[in-house]
Amino acid sequence: MDNIAIELRGIDKSFGPVHANKDINLKVRKGTIHGIIGENGAGKSTLMSILYGFYQADSGEIFVDGKPASIRDPNTAISVGIGMVHQHFMLVENFTVLENVMLGAEDSQILNKGIAKARQELKRLEKEYALEVNPDALIEELPVGLQQRVEILKALYRRADILILDEPTGVLTPAEADHLFRILGQLKAQGKTIILITHKLREIMAITDEVSVMRRGEMVATRTTRETSVEELAELMVGRRVLLRVEKGEASPGDVKLAVEGLTVKDSRGVTMVDDVSFEVRAGEIVGIAGVAGNGQSELLEAIAGIRRATSGTVLLNGRSVDVTGHRDPAELRARGLAHVPEDRHHVGLVLKFEESENAILGYHNDPRYLKGAFLDIDAIRKDAEEKIAKYDIRPPNARLKTANFSGGNQQKIVLAREMERGPDVLIIGQPTRGVDVGAIEFIHKRIIEMRDQGKAVLLVSVELDEIRSLSDRILVMFAGRVVGERSPEATEGELGLLMAGVEGRKEAAE
Amino acid sequence: MDFFHVLVVLLESTIRVSVPLVFAALAGLFTERAGVFDIGLEGKMLGAAFAAGAVAAVTQSVWMGLLAAILISILLSLVHGYASITQRGNQIVSGVAINFIVAGSTVILGEAWFRQGGRTPALAEGARFQTINLPGADAVREVPVLGPIYADLLSGHFLLTYLAFAMVPASWWILYRTRFGLRLRAVGENPGAVDTAGISVIWLRYRAVICCGILCGFAGAYLSLAMTAGFVKGMTAGKGYIALAALIFAKWRPKNVMFACLLFGFLDALAIRLQGTPLPLVGQVPVQLMQALPYILTVILLAGFIGKAIPPKAGGVPYVKER
Repeated sequence: MDNIAIELRGIDKSFGPVHANKDINLKVRKGTIHGIIGENGAGKSTLMSILYGFYQADSGEIFVDGKPASIRDPNTAISVGIGMVHQHFMLVENFTVLENVMLGAEDSQILNKGIAKARQELKRLEKEYALEVNPDALIEELPVGLQQRVEILKALYRRADILILDEPTGVLTPAEADHLFRILGQLKAQGKTIILITHKLREIMAITDEVSVMRRGEMVATRTTRETSVEELAELMVGRRVLLRVEKGEASPGDVKLAVEGLTVKDSRGVTMVDDVSFEVRAGEIVGIAGVAGNGQSELLEAIAGIRRATSGTVLLNGRSVDVTGHRDPAELRARGLAHVPEDRHHVGLVLKFEESENAILGYHNDPRYLKGAFLDIDAIRKDAEEKIAKYDIRPPNARLKTANFSGGNQQKIVLAREMERGPDVLIIGQPTRGVDVGAIEFIHKRIIEMRDQGKAVLLVSVELDEIRSLSDRILVMFAGRVVGERSPEATEGELGLLMAGVEGRKEAAE
Repeated sequence: MDFFHVLVVLLESTIRVSVPLVFAALAGLFTERAGVFDIGLEGKMLGAAFAAGAVAAVTQSVWMGLLAAILISILLSLVHGYASITQRGNQIVSGVAINFIVAGSTVILGEAWFRQGGRTPALAEGARFQTINLPGADAVREVPVLGPIYADLLSGHFLLTYLAFAMVPASWWILYRTRFGLRLRAVGENPGAVDTAGISVIWLRYRAVICCGILCGFAGAYLSLAMTAGFVKGMTAGKGYIALAALIFAKWRPKNVMFACLLFGFLDALAIRLQGTPLPLVGQVPVQLMQALPYILTVILLAGFIGKAIPPKAGGVPYVKER
């Protein structure tokens, strides 16, 4: 099996001043799963978009099955047998599965004839690849795992032999991800070639045959998966040695700093998002909340931070009660020692059009340190920002640069610096490393541990199970708005995964 | 049977005033389901009405008038398309601009060409649409109940009237039963899905905009070639906006669009009918209030009765590939 399904030669692509792909060469062997790994912004997605005809390369050649292919648009990519499962699904949500699969491959002007044929073909694919899904279900009513299956079916329906998957597990539970990997294994067994783009090293090790590493737009290495290691790949990705697991000592929990009792939150439609949740966080410990996105963690965090009104329940901050069901006042909570690093830094944490120094005091602009009478003391603000930039290694070190021009990791550091440097008693953090590169993750994790060791109470919400496990002293798992279990960080991934999927929790609650 | 007679007359005029609304709202349906919001229905209709009146007056041919209306309306649609699809401009601004340009230029050109204060010359019989009597209409008129319904309510309309109501199921069929319709609805919801399926988002949206132009052309031609005999300045009088309201009220569905237009048409007809008639309890009501009634009710209906109208998800957003 030395056939080459895809060969890229000298692919080069720039977006304005950003050189996204530099002289990329890549060979993907037929019938294998080939991983492409790299940090956010390394150029993986751009490269695959070029292969799928979504973008045009500035220069370079593409060979499919040894023949030169000029892929000008997705249409030509489809016609040479390339299919793509996008990170953000390209599905029409109020269409049925069948309509989504047909779209663009309808056969005839009148739909009726095509529908019957598509239904038949879908049934055949379902059987052949064990990809069951109700063809008449609306996409918006399907869980994400099934939506992804529809994306795969779309590609197979178009007779794709080469399947590109862009960060396919970002939205899946561990169990769904395992299922996906089984499907991919089966597709490989049927002779399909699969390109898997990811930044998760574990996935690469688990299912790929070969792996190529990208860094800052360049293809830095290709390895046979069996002959490499997580450590080597991480080093290749970042360009230096990285600590994959933060080192931390034993926690020495003190007094209860944050106590949540019977907290219930309903959204605007009256749907219960957080259901009777109780827990406490002590000084000097990190409590992690694990769960698949959308199981109430965001709402819980927002209710505690005073951004969202709770329906019932109490919250004690430093032993004093917080009015969570009535008047919401995040500023007052801040004054009382609560700092909040929101999940969505772009919409809640930062004003991207402001310069760095302005964001560094956002929400604290009434502090006398930053004021000169009724006016902002710009010099003091900039000086303060520069200190934080130095301490948190924010790059580029320019307090006057527009925040939108910083990378994801550096934007996150701006938020962290702002909230951590206030010396809060309680720190609540949502998705600290979402969209943050590996190098910065290490830095952020160290900072969070440092806060704990200084005796702060830390509540951490993350959908990255690895992150929860390596940082937390105790882990709470949320499913469907409820805390379905508490585990120590030594709990196995499988055990936590079952809780996250709501399987174990139901049993536990019943007992 | 006096009440019955009044009702038939009222419904007959409801149909008459609903026709331009049906055409225009269906026009809006095509573009908006494709993700291009169009506040310029009013302007396109007005431009088409002027073109129809002017060309029919000069050529003495109703068909040339209709053709001119459609062409002008398509042209204006393409301007909107160029601004909002190709140049990715703001769709509301582009639509409003078209309304203003047409409102001004029809008067200027009308005055320059015909010197009748912005009107076009009154059209002779061959240069405007004639009503069509359905077969046997006169014979059955005397039949109680069904007779007047057939002879007075259903018969005796213009060709364009029948076309307008035929366009309702036709639009449904195009949108829900053809490949073009499937793609058109998809591009209004998630253009990314269409693009990655190898279909051109731009070309698809342009075709939707052209459909809109054709239908607005019919709406305009109806105003100046059928409802009246010639163009009068500002003769659309907000019908484009009412059509837009009907479209939202109908939650972007063809059958609902027809009923919404009939409802607004009925309010309009009722207002005309009630002018000068003393009402029980309140007595004589000023004409101006009666004329404002349909618009007031429009606001109330839109504010209170439609529930949640979910517009096409990608509506109003120009398509830019990610990054």
